[in-house]
Amino acid sequence: MYVIHHRTLFFWLTGLLLAAAIGAILVWGLPLGIDFTGGSLMQVRYDGERPALADIEKQISVVHEGVVSVRTVGTQEISIRARTMTPAEHEGILAAISVDAPSGSASSPQVTELAYTSVGPALGSQFTNKALWAIGAVMLVIVLYIAFAFRKVSKPVPSWGYGLTVVAMLAIDIIVPAGFYAAYAHVTGAEVDSLFIVALLALLGYCVNDVIVIFDRIREHLNKNEKEGIRESFEDTIGKSINETMTRSINTALTVALALIVLIFLGAPATRNFALVMLVGVVAGTFSSICRSAPLLIPLANWFAKK
Amino acid sequence: MTRYRVFVAVALVAGLLLAYFVWSTQADPTSRYRFKLGLDLAGGTELVYKADMSETPTGERSDALSALQGVIERRVNLFGVAEPIVQTEQASALSGITEDRLIVDLPGVTDIKAAVAALGETPTLEFKLAVTTKTGLPAQAGTTTQLGYVSTGLTGRYLASASLQFGSGATAGLAAPQVLLNFDSDGAKLFEKITSEHVGETLAIFLDGVPISTPTIQEAIPGGQATITGNFTATEARDLVRNLNFGALPVPITLQNSSAVGPTLGAAAISAGVVAGVVGFVIVALFMIAWYRLPGVISALALAEYLAFMLAVIKVIPVTLTASGIAGLIISVGMAVDANVLIFERTKEELRGGKTPREAVHIGFSRAWPAIRDGHLTMIISGIILFWLGTSIVQGFALVFVLGVLVSFISAVSLSRVFLLAIVPEEGQGAWKFLLGSGFRSPVN
Repeated sequence: MYVIHHRTLFFWLTGLLLAAAIGAILVWGLPLGIDFTGGSLMQVRYDGERPALADIEKQISVVHEGVVSVRTVGTQEISIRARTMTPAEHEGILAAISVDAPSGSASSPQVTELAYTSVGPALGSQFTNKALWAIGAVMLVIVLYIAFAFRKVSKPVPSWGYGLTVVAMLAIDIIVPAGFYAAYAHVTGAEVDSLFIVALLALLGYCVNDVIVIFDRIREHLNKNEKEGIRESFEDTIGKSINETMTRSINTALTVALALIVLIFLGAPATRNFALVMLVGVVAGTFSSICRSAPLLIPLANWFAKK
Repeated sequence: MTRYRVFVAVALVAGLLLAYFVWSTQADPTSRYRFKLGLDLAGGTELVYKADMSETPTGERSDALSALQGVIERRVNLFGVAEPIVQTEQASALSGITEDRLIVDLPGVTDIKAAVAALGETPTLEFKLAVTTKTGLPAQAGTTTQLGYVSTGLTGRYLASASLQFGSGATAGLAAPQVLLNFDSDGAKLFEKITSEHVGETLAIFLDGVPISTPTIQEAIPGGQATITGNFTATEARDLVRNLNFGALPVPITLQNSSAVGPTLGAAAISAGVVAGVVGFVIVALFMIAWYRLPGVISALALAEYLAFMLAVIKVIPVTLTASGIAGLIISVGMAVDANVLIFERTKEELRGGKTPREAVHIGFSRAWPAIRDGHLTMIISGIILFWLGTSIVQGFALVFVLGVLVSFISAVSLSRVFLLAIVPEEGQGAWKFLLGSGFRSPVN
């Protein structure tokens, strides 16, 4: 019953976490990558010694003025971000960095282009639209499905109350990792790419499942109490349900977290940020399912009781 | 119990066969069941064009788009790429913008500039005169050598329409298919001028720079109509009409997106993904065995079966694997683990409540079922919505995710349950209670 008795504490904790996450997003912002804004991104590897960054920037500025940033990646690679380039501009940059650097810090660098992406501005904004639509639609359907699945338990909270609670939780479950990513991006210079959206979507799926397991237990107890005429306060039912499902919630989170940690350390660099966002989301989501989702039903029940 | 054991034996053999199928088809480079890897993993170029349909009547748009696709496919084939994919996409109405797109995937190609140049912008139709020279002496005036073609200025821009007709052909009473060209008024004048000045010469019709028909001008043609008679089959003639119509009604395309992934990056991504997958699976399996003992071993087996089945399904459909698809696979494995955890926790509770092991397994499954059902169903529905609304990278995730959750749904209720029922005895003694327990505590206290 620990969680229930201290629910005010957990609500405050949640509030703080949420405020921190929203604060991080507002202060540092989520730096949108070219998938959203449009633009070009080149990843280039120097086979020999990599020239100084300033030299590379100088080389590029001669041929192309729309370059937003040049960053070093690891010891051998650089990434060049620019407004949407034409194929000719792209070739020009590649040629420019393949010749000797002006200060001669490296001679005749051998460069290999690892990846090049260019997204038109129109398609970028369309991607944002679609992603928002998809997240909204998924949330709506979740409310409807849960209202349906819990239709037999309507006291003391109507079945759509469970659905709304889940969605309120999901909003928090998404904002927290997004806030983390804003801070992470501020430090490392990472950007929001489409895999970040995929991570949030995957988290939606994970957290819904997590909350449903607890709610299912509440549903089971409510049904049983009604059938057998047992009188039990709603708080006790919820507290019991949380305790009984706690091991499962933690174990599942642990296995998924283990898989994600492996992915962070051994997986491809392309999926590293994805796994990191997922990891933060799974940890935060598990905390939120246990400490917030079901306890949130209590004030909701009180509110309905008053009406 | 025998019933369950037979089922388990069948499931194990089937799992081994599936694993062998996955492994052997991957080892054989010629197999058609190798994993289809997306460009982000295999390396290659993707070009996304926007087709400008503003001047195409609404009813002809899908025809125009498929003709455009045909033209681009021809150009891609000329470019010499193994297994190119040319597909069209009509932006969904939900996103508020109706847009026709052409997506060209060129595996193995990393030179974007060359690819863009080869694909060009708009399919072109041109009429060119063959340049010939009369060789040598008057006595040999008949022999000519063809040198090449010169532009006449007559292009698809002047063609009003092309249509198919069947004329009286030379071939034994059969009507030979002919292609009828209709020029607009400017085109008609130009065509009349050209034909009147060059009777007896060859006026070749070029589509995308390749001569598709080389008729000879028989006489001056006024009125803006021309017929191409050639040795066409009906199908060829119909294709030509389509190409002419859509070469003549240009659908301008503009390059919107391009991306190229070098082969080294792709290969590194694959090997890292495989290593992470194997290590992740082993760690999760070890954790499950350490915590859940016997059921843990069973869940590790069920997970291995699950993976073999998933990989086989991905190969057979086939699903193109991308980085986001692999992410979907990992999450769905997490869901499959969760179904097992739910069941085992429930079984353990029932044991604690004093049930015999076998009863506990039975009740544990039926109690865990509603949670598994609701969790999986919401995820399947969410996945379907994502697939429906998402862009290609989100779709890659959603497809594998939905498949994975579906398979997990089936395997959780069949495999793990039946495996346990096949070995757990009716009346368990202390050892069985230990084996079915979990964590650091004995299940009976």
